Amino acid sequence: MSVPSSPSNSSTASRSASRVASAREAGRVILEAAGIRRATTRMAHEILERNPAPESIALVAIVRGGVPVADMLAQALSEIAGRDVPQGALDVTLYRDDVIGHGMRPIPHKTRMPFSVTGKRVVLVEDVVFTGRTVRAAMDAVIDFGRPAAIQVATLVDRGHRELPIRVDFVGKNIPTSRAEKVVLRQAPSGEYEVVVV
Amino acid sequence: MKHLLGIEGMQPEEIVTVLDTADAMLEISQREIKRVPTLRGRTVINVFLEPSTRTRVSFEIAAKRLSADAVNVSAAGSSLAKAETLADMVQNLAAMNADVLIVRDRTAGVPRMLAERVHVPVINAGDGQHEHPTQALLDAFTVRQSLGSLEGRVVAIIGDIAHSRVARSDIYAFTKLGAEVRVAAPATMMPPGIELLGVKPCESMAEALAGADVIVMLRIQQERLDGPLFPGVREYARTFGLTQEKLTLASPDAIVLHPGPLNRGVEIATEVADAEPSRILDQVTNGVAVRMAVLYLVTGAE
Repeated sequence: MSVPSSPSNSSTASRSASRVASAREAGRVILEAAGIRRATTRMAHEILERNPAPESIALVAIVRGGVPVADMLAQALSEIAGRDVPQGALDVTLYRDDVIGHGMRPIPHKTRMPFSVTGKRVVLVEDVVFTGRTVRAAMDAVIDFGRPAAIQVATLVDRGHRELPIRVDFVGKNIPTSRAEKVVLRQAPSGEYEVVVV
Repeated sequence: MKHLLGIEGMQPEEIVTVLDTADAMLEISQREIKRVPTLRGRTVINVFLEPSTRTRVSFEIAAKRLSADAVNVSAAGSSLAKAETLADMVQNLAAMNADVLIVRDRTAGVPRMLAERVHVPVINAGDGQHEHPTQALLDAFTVRQSLGSLEGRVVAIIGDIAHSRVARSDIYAFTKLGAEVRVAAPATMMPPGIELLGVKPCESMAEALAGADVIVMLRIQQERLDGPLFPGVREYARTFGLTQEKLTLASPDAIVLHPGPLNRGVEIATEVADAEPSRILDQVTNGVAVRMAVLYLVTGAE
């Protein structure tokens, strides 16, 4: 037996495992902390524009990269709308299409869904949307928890290269990339978040 | 991991990987729709050649919550009754393209023998007096859930140490995770050389319990109750049964585990089994999560 690991290639799988963690390689910063703040504030406005009843909105972060983005969106939403929106966190490892049949065994993280999604307008939150496979898995996972009134997708970065017909509703920044590059949201030594291409 | 045959051959970090995976699996059982699609289209065969309710159902539920198809085979009604050898029967099951075989047998070493003959992951669900690895993993999981960690914790295992596969697997798991393990048993049920496993044999139950953080009570098996090794129910309950009074010798935050089924009033008093320090039903809940983790880690593994 051996401890499972995520080999690094450009698939959805390795991205989600290595994204936040891989941090300390050098990289080209494409979105710094102030830019992230501006983008999430604008996205919060757009979310409220699209969903005028704030009490119907729920944010569901895709673990792990989506969690800090969802926290920022939740704070902006509460400042703008004057009320807190429910927040969940979804680990999609067990819903992925590239795990068992491909010999990969990433360790799943905990899912937290402390509210009923039925009737809610669920906004899935990612840091980087790439092939669309993770978003597909997350939609399946949300539907296993109930019947939301709508599912929308918010991402800090959309880097293109979809392999599935998945579109995002709210995007912080569109960034053209090559397939071989990695785009990660990471914490700089100062504790601030930044998006880098490595 | 390719097979799960015993805790003895596992590295501590492999045990931690199973427990970490089980942490995520636990939440699935609390959902209204208790199912994820991970093992969709995979076939898990439960080969139980010794009576069992809890473990067999626990594995079956674990497989189904991961969307695998689970099939049960028992000794009665199987071709073993027609004197087919076990190895032949299991090779036939594997030839039906099973993806995982879960095996319980009354003879030690059967899961390992089968693992050498089939190209399918084998999970040991208890073999004779050898090992019961998923029980030890769920015990370790339950301790971690209640106390945070096993590192430096004092664990007292009380009962029929000599004949218990749960005791053996627990000893391996707890010592590998850094706990101090003590054992106490009637002299007829204490195997010679037990200290070679890195545990401390105690003269009395009181000595084992003193300041313990975890108390594992072993089941006295029915067939031994009337046997020559056994001093009698009342005598046993007095000397090696866990009562409210003896519980006060342990740490005030101590937890009590028992692999079930309970002999109430023999190895454990009813007021202890049903009281706050008991984690006996948590063990059963956690058992499903731990077995989901094991199935996830072995299925299709290279």
